[in-house]
Amino acid sequence: MRARLGGGRLWVARGLGGLAGLALAGVLAVTLATTVWAQQLVADLSSHLIAITTGFTGTEVVLFGTTDGVGDVAIVVTGPKMPALVRRKERVLGMWMNTRTVHFSQAPSFYSVATSRPLDQIVSKTLLERQQIGVPQLTLAPQESLDAQEQAEFRDALIRNKRRAGVYTPTTGTVSFLGDRLFRTNLYFPANVPTGLYNVEALLIRNGEVVSAQTTPLVVSKIGFSAEVYDMARHRPITYGVLAVLGAVAAGWTAGAAFRRV
Amino acid sequence: MQVYLPIAEMSVNALLVLGMGGLVGFLSGMFGVGGGFLMTPLLIFIGVPPAVAVGTQANQLVAASVSGVLAHWRRGNVDVKLGVVMLIGGVIGTALGVWIFGVLQRLGQIDIAISLSYVFFLGTIGGMMMLESARAIIRRRAPTAKRGKLHRHIWLHGLPFKMRFHRSKLYISALLPAGIGVVGGILVAIMGIGGGFLLVPAMIYLLNMPAGLVAGTSLFQIIFTTAAATLLQAATNHTVDAMLALLLLVGGVIGAQFGTRIGSRIPGEQARLMLATIVVAVALKLAWDLFAPPLDVYSLTMGVV
Repeated sequence: MRARLGGGRLWVARGLGGLAGLALAGVLAVTLATTVWAQQLVADLSSHLIAITTGFTGTEVVLFGTTDGVGDVAIVVTGPKMPALVRRKERVLGMWMNTRTVHFSQAPSFYSVATSRPLDQIVSKTLLERQQIGVPQLTLAPQESLDAQEQAEFRDALIRNKRRAGVYTPTTGTVSFLGDRLFRTNLYFPANVPTGLYNVEALLIRNGEVVSAQTTPLVVSKIGFSAEVYDMARHRPITYGVLAVLGAVAAGWTAGAAFRRV
Repeated sequence: MQVYLPIAEMSVNALLVLGMGGLVGFLSGMFGVGGGFLMTPLLIFIGVPPAVAVGTQANQLVAASVSGVLAHWRRGNVDVKLGVVMLIGGVIGTALGVWIFGVLQRLGQIDIAISLSYVFFLGTIGGMMMLESARAIIRRRAPTAKRGKLHRHIWLHGLPFKMRFHRSKLYISALLPAGIGVVGGILVAIMGIGGGFLLVPAMIYLLNMPAGLVAGTSLFQIIFTTAAATLLQAATNHTVDAMLALLLLVGGVIGAQFGTRIGSRIPGEQARLMLATIVVAVALKLAWDLFAPPLDVYSLTMGVV
C-alpha cells in the first residue's frame, strides 16, 4: 500500500549505481503517495520472498530507502505471531524435570531491530514502549495469571531462548546512510528462520518522535523439494508414512542384494 | 555441505550425518545389533528434536532390518509363524507406544521419558551383558563350569492359548511371544530403537528358542514394528523426516558392510564385552544429563503442541 508503488523495485533493478535514478524514483514515489506520513519515508526490500530450499543456510535481504531530509531510521522486522510454551525445570528426585508451563498466545516467532544510531540516543523510553520498538518493549503476556516477578521470569526466559536460537536479535545500529537521505541495511535471517508472513516496518524518527512509518511484507517459505516433503507430511500424512516405509524397504532390499556376495 | 531438514526445520551438515550413519552402521554390523540405541541419542545431541529423532530412526530401521533379514532368510533362519505371532503383539505395542508418546509430548515430559527409558533399559541390559561376557571370558580360560538344565519350566510356560511352532520345535502359549512383541513395539515407538537387544535375550531365555533362529526371527518382526511405528508417527505426530532418514540410511548401509567384515574376526565374548561397554557408556552419559544442572532451566516450544 501507499508508497510501495513500484518505485522500490525500480531501485533494486538499478542497484546502487544509479543514484540519480534512485533520487528520481524517490521523488516519484513521494508525488504518488497519498498520505502525509508516507511522503517523508520510502523503503523497499531487495526481495519479498525468502525461499527455504534444500541447501538453505540463512540469507540476507537488503532494505533500501530514502527520507525527505535528515533524521534517524529504525527498521523493525517481526515474524508471524504464534503461541509459545515456556517450561521450567525443577529437581524431582534429583532429576531435572519440567514442572511448570506458561503459555504465551502471541509471541513473534522472529524479531529484529536495526537503527542508524543506538535506540536510546534517538528516542525516549516512553516512545519505545508506545511504538513497541526493541525486544524489551515487546508485549508478551502469559495466559496464566502469575505474580509480577514470575511473569517477568517467564517472559525473560522466552526472550533468552529466542536470542539463543538467533531469532531475536539485539538492537544494534546497522542502518547506514549514504548522504542525508538514502539509507540501507542488511537484514539477516538464519537457517532456522520460522516460516510465514513477516512485517518489515521502517520508521523515520526526528527530535525523538516517529514522524513517518511504512510497512512492507516479506514472505518466508519453504520452496522445492523440502517444501513438497513438508506439505505432504502435514497434509497427506498417511501417504507420506506409506511412502517413507516403502522407500526404506526398497533401500534395504537393494543394499542387502547389492552386498550379497560380500 | 549443508542440507535443510524439512521436518526437523533445521540445517545440518550432510557429511556429519552421513558419517554418524556410517559409524553407527559399522558398529551395528560388527556386533549384529540395530544401532538405534546409539543413533537416537546422537541425533538429539546434534540438535534434532527428540520427537523427530525417534520417528525418523524408526523409518531408518525399516531399511536396516530388511537388508539384515535377507541374509537370514536365505539360510532359512526365520521362524515365520513365531515371527507373525510376535509382530501382532508388536503392532499393538507400537500403537500403544505412539499414543503414550503423543500424550507425553503434550505434557512436556517426552524428553525425560526418552532419557529415563534409555538409562533404564541400556543400563540394565548393558550391565548384564558386561557381567555375562566377562564371566564367559574367564570361564573359557578355566573350563570347569557345569552345564545347566536344558529346559527350565517356569510359570510363564503355564499360560493358556498354547501353540505349536514346528520350526523352533516349541509348544508354548502364544501370549508369550506376543507379549515380548508388545514390549518391543513400545520400545520402537518411544525410544526409536528396534529393540533387538531386549528381544534376543527374551527369546532365548523366556521362549527357549533355538539360538540360530533368534536373530533372523527378531529382525523379521522388527521390520513390521518399525514400519508400523513410522506410519503411526508420521500420521499422528508428524515426526518422520524423510530427508534425515535417507542420509542415515546411506551412511548406515555402507558402514554396516565394513562392520560385518571386521566383526567376523573378533571372538564372540570380546565383541559382546565391547558392545556392553558402549551400551553402558551411553546409559551413563544420559543419566549424567538427567541429573546435571541444565544450561537453562527454562525451555521454549513454539506453535501448538
